[in-house]
Amino acid sequence: MPDIAVLDPDTPPAVTPRPVQDSHGRVVLAGEGLVKRFGQTEALRGLDVEIARGEILAVMGPSGSGKSTLLHCLAAIIRPDAGRVMLDGARIDDLGEGDRTKLRRRRFGFVFQFGQLVPELPAIENVALPLLLDGVARTEAQARAAELFPQLGLDGLEQRRPGEMSGGQAQRVAVARALVTQPGVVFADEPTGSLDSLAGEQVMELLTDAARATDTAVVLVTHEPRIAAYADREVVVRDGRIATTSGR
Amino acid sequence: MSTAHALLGLLEPAPRHGYDLKRLFDRYFAPDRPLAFGQVYATLGRLERDGRVVVASVDQAEGPERKTYAITGAGERDLDDWLRDPIDPEPHLQATLFTKVTLAVLTGRPVTKLLDAQRHAHLARMRELTTLRRDAALPVALLADYALFHLEADLRWIELTAARADELGRVIPPLIADPATAEVRPTSVETSHA
Ligand SMILES: Nc1ncnc2c1ncn2[C@@H]1O[C@H](COP(=O)(O)OP(=O)(O)O)[C@@H](O)[C@H]1O
Ligand SMILES: [Mg+2]
Repeated sequence: MPDIAVLDPDTPPAVTPRPVQDSHGRVVLAGEGLVKRFGQTEALRGLDVEIARGEILAVMGPSGSGKSTLLHCLAAIIRPDAGRVMLDGARIDDLGEGDRTKLRRRRFGFVFQFGQLVPELPAIENVALPLLLDGVARTEAQARAAELFPQLGLDGLEQRRPGEMSGGQAQRVAVARALVTQPGVVFADEPTGSLDSLAGEQVMELLTDAARATDTAVVLVTHEPRIAAYADREVVVRDGRIATTSGR
Repeated sequence: MSTAHALLGLLEPAPRHGYDLKRLFDRYFAPDRPLAFGQVYATLGRLERDGRVVVASVDQAEGPERKTYAITGAGERDLDDWLRDPIDPEPHLQATLFTKVTLAVLTGRPVTKLLDAQRHAHLARMRELTTLRRDAALPVALLADYALFHLEADLRWIELTAARADELGRVIPPLIADPATAEVRPTSVETSHA
């Protein structure tokens, strides 16, 4: 029976949270001994990682080292072949497909390299989408979405469709969409990968400012050092394991 | 960074006290690593000796004496030349990090460890600069960017080298003691028996 408590942020987790990790507070998300194989390829080989509440963690490492696979396992998009993923002390990797979908919608936010906005919808509706999918009434969803526009430097762009915005603006809309449900963790996989330096820096500033203001943890996958420098700490993935880690 | 030329530039519009110069220098060129007073006065002393600045007045009314420095014609020409001539693109072929990596391989030490430690040091500095640049005025933000891009270039090289560490170990085999010379090195004989 899946643990429903993890689906609802207001319900205390059924499992006692793990002890305080550091000055930053308790661990919000942890991967323990993660193993993931794709056929002959062992993408993760017993990887351990912890993210504290509100922490911005950069995941670095060479191409093909397993960064995206790690993100997908932590975010309950795919299931590891071995090991566990713990959210607020409750196991999430063994939940069924439907529960994982709900969990992703309510507890997590996502920003990918190419915003993956719905091209037919204006920006405001793209941002409101996660709330609508979760059954929030349209007017309330739009009102909550609208609040994020000034915060992300998107004033006046509410009715633009993705094709009518610059890459940086579209990516900021994607950030707003990731934050609209007030998730505990935002997963960002190469969020500035398709942008030039200036637009990329702007996205990172706004993303990290918003995350810090709301105590939202961020798992930031990037191979760009200047982007990783926005994080509190970095881990380097090499051959499916954490090769090195730095303290904050 | 040429402290001397920066000070000449700050003096060109108008004569200034040493303290003023330090303040301006820190604001524009060293926002998070202020220059030591000693370094300012040592540099001004050298510029004075070389005839590029002069002490225009000494104000000793209250407290320690305060010298006002002024740029000379020779100083202005020097500044002009320096600003006009492009900087030599530095190939950094003798870079310390490169020497460390090569020495690590030659002495049979693990290169990856060295590179990991350097990556952490670089990223820690990059985090400092990123924080600094966030709320900084544009000139300071641009200075931080300049440093950040250079650190990033180092890091790219670090990643490339880390990815090729094994290959490097094969291409540069560790130096081994030549038995003929080892005999005439008493310390190495002693330590091998210790
Ligand atoms: N869906 C998949 N099917 C097969 N192989 C995969 C799949 N996803 C990832 N891989 C393989 O797993 C390894 C790690 O990939 P990935 O996590 O995408 O690395 P990174 O994000 O660090 O570039 C690579 O060898 C990749 O080819
Ligand atoms: Mg990837």
